[in-house]
Amino acid sequence: MSFELLFQYFLSGITVGSIYAIVAVGFNIIYNTTGIINFAQGEFLILGAMVGITLSPFLPLPLAIILAVILTVIIGALIEIIFIKWLKEPSVLRVIIITIGVSILIREAMLHIWDEKVRALRYFTGTEVSSVTIFGAHISPQVLWVLGISAVIVICLNFFFKFTLIGRAMRACSANKTAARLCGINSKRMVTFSFMLSAGIGALAGCAVSPLTQTQYDMGASLAIKGFTAAILGGLGNSMAAVAAGLIIGLLEAFSISILPLAYKDAVAIALLLIILFFRPSGLFGSREKSALKEY
Amino acid sequence: MKLTRIIILCTAIAVLLAVLLTIGGCKKKPAIERAPIKVGAILAVSGGASFLGAPEAKTLEMIAEEINAEGGINGHKIELIIKDSQGSSEKAISFAKQLIEEEGVLAIIGPSTSGESMSIKNICEDAKTILLSCAAAETIVNPVAKYVFKTPQKDSYAVISIFKTMKKLGISTIGVVVGNTGFGKGGKDQLEKYAPEYGIDIVISEVYDRAATDLTGVLTKIKAKDVQALVNWSIVPAQSIVAKNMKQIGMDIPLFQSHGFGNIKYVEAAGKAAEGIIFPCGRLLVADVLPDGHPQKAVLSKYKNDYETKYNEDASTFGGHAYDAFMILVEAVKKAGIEKENVRDAIENMSGFVGTGGIFNFSPGDHNGLDLDSFEILTVKEGKFVLY
Repeated sequence: MSFELLFQYFLSGITVGSIYAIVAVGFNIIYNTTGIINFAQGEFLILGAMVGITLSPFLPLPLAIILAVILTVIIGALIEIIFIKWLKEPSVLRVIIITIGVSILIREAMLHIWDEKVRALRYFTGTEVSSVTIFGAHISPQVLWVLGISAVIVICLNFFFKFTLIGRAMRACSANKTAARLCGINSKRMVTFSFMLSAGIGALAGCAVSPLTQTQYDMGASLAIKGFTAAILGGLGNSMAAVAAGLIIGLLEAFSISILPLAYKDAVAIALLLIILFFRPSGLFGSREKSALKEY
Repeated sequence: MKLTRIIILCTAIAVLLAVLLTIGGCKKKPAIERAPIKVGAILAVSGGASFLGAPEAKTLEMIAEEINAEGGINGHKIELIIKDSQGSSEKAISFAKQLIEEEGVLAIIGPSTSGESMSIKNICEDAKTILLSCAAAETIVNPVAKYVFKTPQKDSYAVISIFKTMKKLGISTIGVVVGNTGFGKGGKDQLEKYAPEYGIDIVISEVYDRAATDLTGVLTKIKAKDVQALVNWSIVPAQSIVAKNMKQIGMDIPLFQSHGFGNIKYVEAAGKAAEGIIFPCGRLLVADVLPDGHPQKAVLSKYKNDYETKYNEDASTFGGHAYDAFMILVEAVKKAGIEKENVRDAIENMSGFVGTGGIFNFSPGDHNGLDLDSFEILTVKEGKFVLY
């Protein structure tokens, strides 16, 4: 295999991986505060992209995306307030089931608001046909955008969770809710806040990948599954690890295609994932001690 | 305590009986007008195949409204019952049973996808209910089932039209990618079956997931094989993604798509990457540029105008398949009345029926009724469909 071809496979892996990575990041935020997995994360993505697509003909692209993010943040907050906040000491399992219900609700609502057609946001730079050439191999400029946005999100999140008061309070809620409350942290408010944050990041991710994946009302689940896989592989709760894991899965898939028929792509990726998790149950970059303290 | 329970139970039974009797009573009400004709439709109105089902459902509603406004067929109003299968075979099966057993429909229009159509083919055959499928796969009418018909052109004709075009262009080595749906599988079989006949060598053939969001990996593999053209056989969104990904990794070979590409929305979704895609298609999309004398011109223009005025969106060939199915049924009822067997015979013997898909000539051995001529080869130029 020539170097050029090898590098093209590598770039193809990065393309797929960047999509998984940016979706995976969103899963970690709610997990970091509540210890639950939000199964409506994929729907936040599609919702954000749909709003962005609807606004984009009337507004400059950055403004449309910002408005889409703001609107999705508001919806994320409303969902938490309506469905979760009033519950007294809900179990983790119960909240997870609620998020599944919410995902169906959002999906059906989107079907009614936007119909069933496939849409796509326009490319941030260039068009469908433009590609960047690196060492004789090609990649869409949008992939670079997705990677860049993921990087910015991860850096901001790390800063937020480590150095700001709210971020630390959110992490405290996840570690031990009772202790956090004794320290005067309003844990209910933190949960609302984590839903808003993850809805916002989901919407941004949705807008960023929309030119590549296109957007249809029922695509959330399939995007979320791969993102979830990446989040697990990286070790839940760690955004940087999620991005790395997303890229690893993408590369695994791309190189499996080079040897095996395409139909085995998912089988290869998932088999390797299972093997890795067998030896490192808390994920590639997760710490065993830390995960032993979590409920899930 | 026990007594209360018994009383409650008795009351419940009494209420139930009363309700049942009322419903039964209603049914026995003597018909003043002529009995309505019940027509069932199982369509993928939502879900992954909604790009087929949604225009089909809208088309059926439009025609039913039109016919009923004119007083029905020979005085029989049409009662249209549309079920949304969301593209799932399990749902299609249960709706088919419901329509046949509970509603007692004269005929079922649909399903939208090949997989669903195959899963209810035998159910309709056993129940002696007419099925007018709106799906493409050849296996729906081959082998022929007595009560099963279909209106879209066979996929083998699409394959042959593509291969003929390739021969003209001097293409002899191709790569094939298909989605893992009934439609994709059917297309792959037909491509492999007819390739030797036209001297075409399929160098590489791959199947991808129907929900795939990126195909650069497999396209890289095909690029390395140095083929002269690529054929993609799938339903959206992959049809647009293949086109985009090809440009992104710098593949310049011609891209051929199936007749499933016949909706301008996919061109919009693929943007500039759609330029130059070649695909076989019914004439609906080029109705405006057909010569005035063309036998299909009037039907195509009327359907296209009606649909576009009513729903304010572009007509697609898929809605056209439903139009053909419904109009063939209407035509048969006009001729043969509402007796199921007579209607079936009337469809089987129908010839020269001008529809959106072509001119239908049914026979006991051919329950599709269209020939190779029903396809035109189209391409995309400046975001529009034009004759190739």
